[in-house]
Amino acid sequence: MSGHSEVEVKKQVTLYLRVFFALMALTVVTVAISYVHMPILLGVAVALFIACIKASLVAAFFMHLSTEKKIIIFILILTVFFFAFLLATPSLHHT
Amino acid sequence: MTNHDHSHVAQTHDSGHGHKMPFWKKYIFSVDHKTIGVQYAVTSLIFLFFGFGLVSLMRWQLAYPGQPLPLIGGWFSDTAMIGGIMLPEFYNQLGAMHGTIMIFLGVVPLSVGAFGNYVLPLQIGAPDMAFPKLNMMSYWLYFIGGILMLASFFVPGGAAQSGWTSYPPLSVIASGGQTWWLIGMVFLINSSLLGSVNFITTVVQLRTKGMSFFRLPFFVWAQFVTSFLLLLAFPPLMAAGVLQLSDRLLGSSFFMPSGLVVNGAVSAVAGGGNAVLWQHLFWFLAHPEVYVLILPAMGIVSEVMACNTRKPLYGYKALVYSSIFLGFMSFIVWAHHMYLTGMGTTMSTFFQITTMIISIPSVVILTTLILSLWGASIRFTVPMMFALAFLPMFGIGGLTGLPLGLNAADIHLHDTYYVIGHFHYVVAPGTIFALFAGIYHWFPKVTGRKMNEALGKIHFYFSLIFMNGVFLPMLIMGLAGVSRRLYDPTQYAHALPTQPLNVFISISAWCLGLAQIPFIINFFGSIFKGKKVDDNPWQATTLEWSTPTPPPHGNFLKEPVVYRGPYEYSTPGQKHDFWPQSMKENN
Amino acid sequence: MSAEIHYISEPHPVSGVTNSKLGVWLFLASEVMLFGGLFSAYILLRTGVTDWPRGHEVLNVPLATLNTVILITSSVTMVMSWASLELKKFSKFRLYMTITILLAIAFLVVKGFEYAHKFDHHHFPSTSNFYAIYFVITGLHGLHVIGGIIVNAYLLLPGSKMWKTNPEQFTGRVEAAGLYWHFVDLVWIFLFPALYLL
Repeated sequence: MSGHSEVEVKKQVTLYLRVFFALMALTVVTVAISYVHMPILLGVAVALFIACIKASLVAAFFMHLSTEKKIIIFILILTVFFFAFLLATPSLHHT
Repeated sequence: MTNHDHSHVAQTHDSGHGHKMPFWKKYIFSVDHKTIGVQYAVTSLIFLFFGFGLVSLMRWQLAYPGQPLPLIGGWFSDTAMIGGIMLPEFYNQLGAMHGTIMIFLGVVPLSVGAFGNYVLPLQIGAPDMAFPKLNMMSYWLYFIGGILMLASFFVPGGAAQSGWTSYPPLSVIASGGQTWWLIGMVFLINSSLLGSVNFITTVVQLRTKGMSFFRLPFFVWAQFVTSFLLLLAFPPLMAAGVLQLSDRLLGSSFFMPSGLVVNGAVSAVAGGGNAVLWQHLFWFLAHPEVYVLILPAMGIVSEVMACNTRKPLYGYKALVYSSIFLGFMSFIVWAHHMYLTGMGTTMSTFFQITTMIISIPSVVILTTLILSLWGASIRFTVPMMFALAFLPMFGIGGLTGLPLGLNAADIHLHDTYYVIGHFHYVVAPGTIFALFAGIYHWFPKVTGRKMNEALGKIHFYFSLIFMNGVFLPMLIMGLAGVSRRLYDPTQYAHALPTQPLNVFISISAWCLGLAQIPFIINFFGSIFKGKKVDDNPWQATTLEWSTPTPPPHGNFLKEPVVYRGPYEYSTPGQKHDFWPQSMKENN
Repeated sequence: MSAEIHYISEPHPVSGVTNSKLGVWLFLASEVMLFGGLFSAYILLRTGVTDWPRGHEVLNVPLATLNTVILITSSVTMVMSWASLELKKFSKFRLYMTITILLAIAFLVVKGFEYAHKFDHHHFPSTSNFYAIYFVITGLHGLHVIGGIIVNAYLLLPGSKMWKTNPEQFTGRVEAAGLYWHFVDLVWIFLFPALYLL
């Protein structure tokens, strides 16, 4: 990202602050929802959904993934693919 | 590095010689990939011979159970042998540590740490690895991990004794050596993590001008794919290791089921854990690890074969795509090691299918290598003979794996000597032969001298004979249903008929050990007395042969430029039968 | 020729990234698999038993929420410290980096209170698998926080000398450290609901 003009960087700084407020708001939402009684599966789905949004915000803007080079994106897609297998398959063991 | 450092380094390289560095900086805490490669090579060879020594002791117990070990039996403490008779606990330690040392401290560091480090930057025309300091750290983490593993033999209760797979709950309740094993593994995992980050970055960033991805020698491709396997498959084992450490040290019960009975008493732990969890996380690493063991070996064999057949490899692109596909698939076959854990039929069918699919790229690779021999004028040099022997040996190893990948056959064969025979065919006469080929092939680049041909051929023929003497009978014993974990096979009626085979295997194994003596003599002797050769004694095309021997600090006198693919042998219209990658004009 | 290693401070013309950026991302890919292994263990253990406690009934949600806020804030200050370097404002970089480190220490202090409270009530990893997974995952995450503090402190104090000699490379290093730090934040974003809220 180096070599950016001053204007661009200043634009980004405003963006970072917006992301910060979004993250804070989502933190409040996820805590609040956890006090609402709902079926466990729905609770898990909602909590994970919010966590995924928060994580995407951090990755896309703080970690600059939204404008990152192809090679990095490629490595991460590969990783996420295997990550999904690692996460999903052992938990299928009970069935 | 600061600018100041840069100019300093650049200055010393201009002269073409390394500046005077103190001994410890040049040879011990070196950041030069070539020195680190040699360090890896020497250390891992020592570990290989040590690991072989462990199994030669086991072979005595298996051939002559309950009889005192002659000559050296008295050297061991009473916790290992009483009057030269091996105790079961010590037998288990030997088994566990043989596997661990051979895989994690011997073969992988030799094939990736040594050959990868030394050859890869040279072959892509890079001055060094992308992160030289991390490279040094990677070696020293490996070294510390190795020392911890060795030291574990001397702690109370001895070394780890739960197999190289460390299955809980046994490993959780085992004696103190298991903790050392786990901590040692943490070091080794971090070492390979740093190494793989370094390798991938180097290949992506530091290829020299003209070295496009499809001009990379296949060896580089193999190392590249291997690095991805190390990068992404090892961390789950790290996670599992942390959980097992917690079970052992903090009393948690990740792997300890409720109501577990140990020595007649119900275990005091909270329970609720799952022993199969370990197996999932372990094999998530350990199946890709199989390809970590075999891919660099295939890379070495391809280099040696292309050079000694004096013709391009048959189907270079098929090799490359197959190795990528192989690496990819190796992540989704792991549970074929776990058919007998009571998994559902959907799961076992899924893994059965992926296992059958992964055999396809292996066959493609082996076939292209065999087809590369077609119409070649083969030079039967020592490295070529080892490379040639690799083909059928790996073939046997691969084909004997098919029945294990099929659920129904695996029920019979699981945990028998058949499994031992199968994977040793892949790794011992397979990978280790390829590694020998690599040593004989690149020795002249490292030292400027060739290894002795006659001694090399003695080493080759006897190794080939005795390797098969060791592993072929194991397949037969396994089909007869003999378990791989018997301390005293004569106690079981069904194992008695195959007991003579055990004696045969043991004698073969010891002879295999003797067959390495010519190699050791040759290796050390040739460093000082070997025939002096020029920079490119094999008339090879790849970049490591177009730089002085030994390569200077910074590797190349002039940044090389690559004009063509890696295997331009016997190109029509050329005067010589090899056309180096960096040669601009016609030969 | 000079044996300089290329693309330390300027990006590679084809891949478009520097060595350190590629290296850090590869490292983070590996970290994803490490925490993936632990989450996988968590899922398998939790789905395997019937009596798994609800996190918010046994753990301290307000403290963990505070820690979430602390860590997210530190992520912002981290990215601001990098942006300050891009704007060539070194003193601002120092300010933001100091805040980042202080926030990281605050995170650990809060975590320490949480742990101490659990120990007081005799909740240990040996108590149940819920506590075991809680202590191991948050412990490993804590180790990552400590690692981040060490790296950031190095960049703030002795490492910042490089700003004078090679500002591009130094900015790259801060960006790399930032990527790691955001990852630590990102893991916590998943840990928080997984352990405390569900």
